Amino acid sequence: MASSTVIQSAPPSAVRDFFRRLKVGEEFSYLLTLAAATLVLLIVGLIVYELVINSTESFHKFGWHFFVTSVWDPNNDQFGALPFIYGTCVTSALGLLLAVPAGVGAALFLAEMAPPRLSAICVFMIELLAAVPSVIYGLLGIFILVPAIQNYLYPLLKPLDFLPIFSGTFYGVSYLSAGIVLAIMVVPFIISVSREVLLAVPTDQREAALALGATKWETTFQIVLPNASTGVIGSIFLGLARALGETMAVTMVIGNVPKISPSLLAPGYSIASVIANEFGEASPGLHLSSLIFLGLVLFGLTIVINAVARLFILATTQRGA
Amino acid sequence: MITGDISLMRRVTNVAMLGLTGLSTLVVVSILFFILGYLLWMGGSSLSIQFFTNLPKPTGETGGGMANAIVGSGKTLLLASLIGVPIGFLGGVYLAEYSGRTFAFLVRYVTDLLNGVPSIVIGIVAYALIVKPMSHFSTLAGGVALGIMMIPIALRTTEEFLRSIPNSLREGAMALGATRSRTIFTVVVPAAMSGLTSGMMLNLARVAGETAPLLFTALGNMFWSQGWMQPTATLPVMIYTYAISAYDDWHQQAWAAGFVLLALVLTINITARLIIGRGASSARR
Repeated sequence: MASSTVIQSAPPSAVRDFFRRLKVGEEFSYLLTLAAATLVLLIVGLIVYELVINSTESFHKFGWHFFVTSVWDPNNDQFGALPFIYGTCVTSALGLLLAVPAGVGAALFLAEMAPPRLSAICVFMIELLAAVPSVIYGLLGIFILVPAIQNYLYPLLKPLDFLPIFSGTFYGVSYLSAGIVLAIMVVPFIISVSREVLLAVPTDQREAALALGATKWETTFQIVLPNASTGVIGSIFLGLARALGETMAVTMVIGNVPKISPSLLAPGYSIASVIANEFGEASPGLHLSSLIFLGLVLFGLTIVINAVARLFILATTQRGA
Repeated sequence: MITGDISLMRRVTNVAMLGLTGLSTLVVVSILFFILGYLLWMGGSSLSIQFFTNLPKPTGETGGGMANAIVGSGKTLLLASLIGVPIGFLGGVYLAEYSGRTFAFLVRYVTDLLNGVPSIVIGIVAYALIVKPMSHFSTLAGGVALGIMMIPIALRTTEEFLRSIPNSLREGAMALGATRSRTIFTVVVPAAMSGLTSGMMLNLARVAGETAPLLFTALGNMFWSQGWMQPTATLPVMIYTYAISAYDDWHQQAWAAGFVLLALVLTINITARLIIGRGASSARR
């Protein structure tokens, strides 16, 4: 298809030679770019291959019990992933719980209500917020957020300590701190993707609702949002995938204790954090293999969630956001 | 707009909910100002000229800097760009200019998935591919990890910007007798150049702050790292190491490094977005 534009008749040999070289050049640039595109598929394949190959030792030893065992003891070669899976799920869920209302609210404001100038400025700032490196969030988490939670939020939660999720002593580093940091980190992604999806809703839908006497809010909430709901859910899934894989900020505020506690105020551990903390010093063998197994779990989880999110967003906007 | 026959309840709900959405925007945006302000304050006060010229010093000694980490980050990012940009660019050219529908959809989808792979997992893969066979940590391994992370965005931005170039340009070039590849590389790509450049800048800014994939590839180093085969310090990893340490003077250094990193990332971001914004009014759509 690429080279169909050349050579029709049979010109003198020097000219034909020239055309042939040109044709080779054509093929070359086609093949080169094709190779680069194919390389992306190969790299993803390679990631899967390396993760699977390097985690087989752990899988053979522990099998599916890996997921339901809560003992993590490198000294005795006993490894179970449950505390980390639990920590990752709890912190991500908490992060989304805080981020979704704020994120979808802000997206509604920016897409539907705000004057275009104001909206453009806010969108610009939110994009900058998304560009802040996660280690910076971790830095602020350790030195600002954790003390702030301890001094201001904890006294408010203290009277609720009859609830299991707010029971126990609070040291600052906890599921709660990690959840709040995650919320701040995923909110910009939820806003920008949701906003794009909302903007894709046809204007006549809004005009029709307004013409029927609906208020601005009723139009937004009952007409525009349901129209874009699949895409908004997609944006939330994207946020979830980010939260699950987030490493540095969580590692710095979660406390890094491989224990399962029902209380959000207790320190915990997450999949990404344990890899970050132990991988560099892990002895080759079962320990390293178990960490890579955890990496494979994380990879599988985020791939599935991402795949679903992309399909949802694709369904509403007709393009892969 | 709101007439008399609308009940009070509906009117109140309308105003209250509109206010709430505005409030959530305000909260999110003010977080940015808070981050900027705090880092400016904490980092600015701990920043000195020695930070840029000296090697790290043990805690207790004054005058330590992160010169090696700044150079280390630069080297890692250079290597990452050499890997990520060409592959992403060529792949993007293929998707925008050559590809049929099905294969393009597949590549696009897989690229987006690669973009969503947690950075720590990319670190594991770079470890397995490079650190393990060579049996030591290195700048090379860190560069490869970041390079893989750069590919998806490089590819998608290239594709997007090339697609935004009107077809009349391609037809014009081909009507003049240019072949397909000449059309692409001498007409279409130059026309999209400002967008491509800023896209790559944004891409670089994103990986510049990545910490997790460097933890067990580039590792860290308190001294200068020679060549490409030794472990090297990088700015983000230094921030992490210093922040979780128990020493106050190291915390100060972490703030200073955080300030430098954030200033770098945001400057690149703002510049790139201004370039895209200016290009958007003339070239795109």
